[in-house]
Amino acid sequence: MHKVYHRIEQIAGNVITVRAEGVANGELAQVVGTLGTSLAQVIRLERDKVFLQVFAGSRGISTDGQVRFLGHKMDVSFTEALLGRVFNGSGQPRDNGPELDENRIAIGGPSVNPAKRIIPRKMVRTGIPMIDVFNSLVESQKLPIFAAAGEPYNELLARIALQAEVDIIILGGMGLKHDDYLQFRDTLEANGALSRSILFIHTAADPTVECQMVPDISLAVAEQFALQNKRVLVLLTDMTSFADALKEIAITMEQIPANRGYPGDLYSQLAARYEKAVDFEGAGSITILAVTTMPGDDVTHPVPDNTGYITEGQFYLRNGRIEPFGSLSRLKQQVNGKTREDHRVVMNTMIQLYASYKETLEKQSMGFRMSAWDNKLLKYGERFEKEMMDLSVNIPLEAALDLGWQIMADCFEPAETGISSKLTEKFWPQATA
Amino acid sequence: MSENVGRIVGINGNLITVRFDNPVTQSEVGYARTGDVALKSEVIRIRGDNAELQVFEDTSGLKVGDPVEFSGNLLAVELGPGLLAQVYDGLQNPLPKLAEQCGFFLQRGTYLKALDREKKWAYTPKARKGDEVTAGDTLGTVPEGIFEHRIMVPFRLRGKYKVEETLAAGSYNVDQVVAKLRGERGDEIAVAMVQEWPVKVPIKAYAERLRPVEPLVTKVRIIDTFFPVARGGVYCIPGPFGAGKTVLQQITSKHADVDIVLVAACGERAGEVVETLREFPELTDPRTGKSLMERTLIICNTSSMPVAAREASVYTAVTICEYYRQMGLNVMLLADSTSRWAQALREMSGRLEEIPGEEAFPAYLESVIAAFYERGGVVKLKDGTTGSVTIGGTVSPAGGNFDEPVTQATLKVVGAFHGLNRERSDARRYPAIHPLDSWSKYPGVVDGQQVAQARKTLRQGNEVSQMMKVVGEEGTSIEDFVVYLKSEFLDATYLQQNSFHDVDAATGADRQKYVFAKIHGILTAKVFFPDKDAARKWFLQLTSVTKDWNLVPMDAAEFKQLEQRIDAMLAEVSEHA
Ligand SMILES: Nc1ncnc2c1ncn2[C@@H]1O[C@H](COP(=O)(O)OP(=O)(O)O)[C@@H](O)[C@H]1O
Ligand SMILES: [Mg+2]
Repeated sequence: MHKVYHRIEQIAGNVITVRAEGVANGELAQVVGTLGTSLAQVIRLERDKVFLQVFAGSRGISTDGQVRFLGHKMDVSFTEALLGRVFNGSGQPRDNGPELDENRIAIGGPSVNPAKRIIPRKMVRTGIPMIDVFNSLVESQKLPIFAAAGEPYNELLARIALQAEVDIIILGGMGLKHDDYLQFRDTLEANGALSRSILFIHTAADPTVECQMVPDISLAVAEQFALQNKRVLVLLTDMTSFADALKEIAITMEQIPANRGYPGDLYSQLAARYEKAVDFEGAGSITILAVTTMPGDDVTHPVPDNTGYITEGQFYLRNGRIEPFGSLSRLKQQVNGKTREDHRVVMNTMIQLYASYKETLEKQSMGFRMSAWDNKLLKYGERFEKEMMDLSVNIPLEAALDLGWQIMADCFEPAETGISSKLTEKFWPQATA
Repeated sequence: MSENVGRIVGINGNLITVRFDNPVTQSEVGYARTGDVALKSEVIRIRGDNAELQVFEDTSGLKVGDPVEFSGNLLAVELGPGLLAQVYDGLQNPLPKLAEQCGFFLQRGTYLKALDREKKWAYTPKARKGDEVTAGDTLGTVPEGIFEHRIMVPFRLRGKYKVEETLAAGSYNVDQVVAKLRGERGDEIAVAMVQEWPVKVPIKAYAERLRPVEPLVTKVRIIDTFFPVARGGVYCIPGPFGAGKTVLQQITSKHADVDIVLVAACGERAGEVVETLREFPELTDPRTGKSLMERTLIICNTSSMPVAAREASVYTAVTICEYYRQMGLNVMLLADSTSRWAQALREMSGRLEEIPGEEAFPAYLESVIAAFYERGGVVKLKDGTTGSVTIGGTVSPAGGNFDEPVTQATLKVVGAFHGLNRERSDARRYPAIHPLDSWSKYPGVVDGQQVAQARKTLRQGNEVSQMMKVVGEEGTSIEDFVVYLKSEFLDATYLQQNSFHDVDAATGADRQKYVFAKIHGILTAKVFFPDKDAARKWFLQLTSVTKDWNLVPMDAAEFKQLEQRIDAMLAEVSEHA
């Protein structure tokens, strides 16, 4: 017996206002405009004034449009039938498949009790030395790829997803170019992974409000699978589009922006999504790999900056390579002590030497004479970039560690690396002819 | 319960506006009802007959017209035996108990008692009938883990009281009345083991505040030697993300030489608390031989938990610290991150549509931060013993730029500044505390002159390295070059420390003094080399041996052997008189 309201008092941005009673905060409504029917969500209440965010946008909504409150929050159907399907940010099919309506679950649910989390401990092998050796990825980690526009971040995301041993892949696309969406779908299909994937796609051409829903809807489904003991990988690309959608609504609601137009709660909003990554005690896990494009290639921009404070590290993609500086896996120490005895020392030493190489490069570019040590560093740096950093390299961790020792041995004396003699005695390769 | 009920007239995120008829108190707690849950809230502004409350929970489902019950009480915590080793949320809900009751997810509107009501404590009375007592005086004690937990005269009592009745020694739960007191005006007070205290009000039941002068050994070399912390001091760790704030606090929580550590995970990652939560019970506290968890308490309001409760969490934490300080203990509060708390203030301020200050933080940010750090300190208690609360807060500046409101407001009130630096963390020079920019006003454990000398080497080394960028190595004299190598040596072997190595992670005060004297000897030695390459080679080798030295326990035979090697190496290149 849901009452229909006919008088829309205000339309600003994607927010409309009606006068109604007995409406709950966060409740859904159906709004009928001249362009069709859309869902809308209550975002603010002021006496009998109800502010609604319209998912399909306010275009085509007239002051005498219809608003019908549905009495429940935003939800999504959770069933095995989701697998292999493509939906939009409101959970409507984007493929030609049927609409799903059984077993509705609420999205944006409460956070996991920290007491029910366990310490992540399983390494996800990717075959990429810059990840496996230097910044190991761990199951249940939340980790974005920081990249400027134009970098091959979606390719990297897809490559890791296909290499990772997971039960279910959920792709949340935000502001995706249509081509990129098709590319993702085709890559999953070509690798036989589509049948264990679910896609929630918002493309650049779709209404902004739907962009905002993509992470919640993707993660709500992921959570249910994880509770059923599944290892779920959630790919979210591009979270900067999500943040921009938040910014848009904040400005419409006349909130005071904190930093470059973004609302003061950007951190909490991003954290509410990323913190869904979890290793449950006695159930499955959710790993989140995201993309955060950096406007102006600026890591101090509010979106990458707030993200970095939330996620468990980041892969910094630049010039088609994962940069050792700026990249970080905060969970690496949970796993890299148990791989091979020399893992940590190779990791630390090679990076320190690479940092010295960078300094030498700087000196060289200023025209200074290169010392014997500088020349060693130059040789080392070039090999490191070519044999370790290049994204085309695809070798197992152990082979990458061996390669690391070989590169160091070809360039330096053991003592010059600063590695303790105990380890060099054991791992330093014998002189090659 | 309370008869004072208002009605919701507006909902904006976690801010609700409530119309009331009967008097309402600023900062009192209210409960907003929806269906069969009551959501805890706090009055933050009153205008006319409207009160605005921040709700400590998700507000979805609330409607205009829903009732709000005003409790008449300020936001408070329970204080009594059984707090230690607990894991609470920002409102002092015990999280493991909550998990038993609600499962995997936090359920809004579920509030459990902070202290176990079943558990019995072995009570020993200390005060005698007829004794005259005031707030904070000990009435009796119970053993709590390794401590003697004092049951004290409630802090809220003013003036003198006479003990009228005492409880015999025995085993009781926390609600047990342990004494009856009579005040000067004839009022009678029954004192239980548990008392409540409003979190935003400092506990002041002590004789006087003292100046913090005694070093608090964290076992992090760069801190204890160069930028020390004092017991009862307050310090901050600002740094961009990934620079090592949390690791530094984790390592401090394990090794710091204090009685009790309170970890306040404020608006940061849940995963980081889980590490402490799961690991500490397994780790042994070298000071006591008991589980490290017995001296630890976690307040956990991580980033996806409700924002208003995040704001409350730092106060919950510091109040519990003050409580244990009243027992003559040295307590340390590690808050990670105070910026998240400041952001919670900013979110509320925005919803209240207050006039924003810089970066939209409220104008009162500075005074709120100052008042919080003021709750650290050393106090002389009424019985002559001392207790302390040391506060270390991380700061997460936007864009890693220290020139922002939270960092700046914090720097004004702390006694030590451990500035983490992106270049150092990128170069894996951990802990990435900047050795030239950081400062401390507290005394350290190592000889001051030696430290001053080392600082000079660092400064000069830095100058040489800057100069070399302009004139190149060839334009640098060998003397200058050696100074540079010495500063790099000091950095690599002393300032840097491996937090994940059993031995290197924690360097006690004695070892710091010993090792630093040796390093000081090297820094001040006159050393000679035929050319720069020879100098570099020698220093690289010395660095490698000294780093090995850091990795062996002080009582191992290898410690002496490596030391002899260092001496021998030094002799090779030194001038002989
Ligand atoms: N003292 C240290 N020793 C070794 N690695 C460290 C140290 N401090 C930080 N790190 C590395 O840096 C990462 C980020 O540190 P963290 O303390 O979480 O940073 P922040 O809290 O400043 O964002 C850690 O996961 C670890 O890999
Ligand atoms: Mg941190």
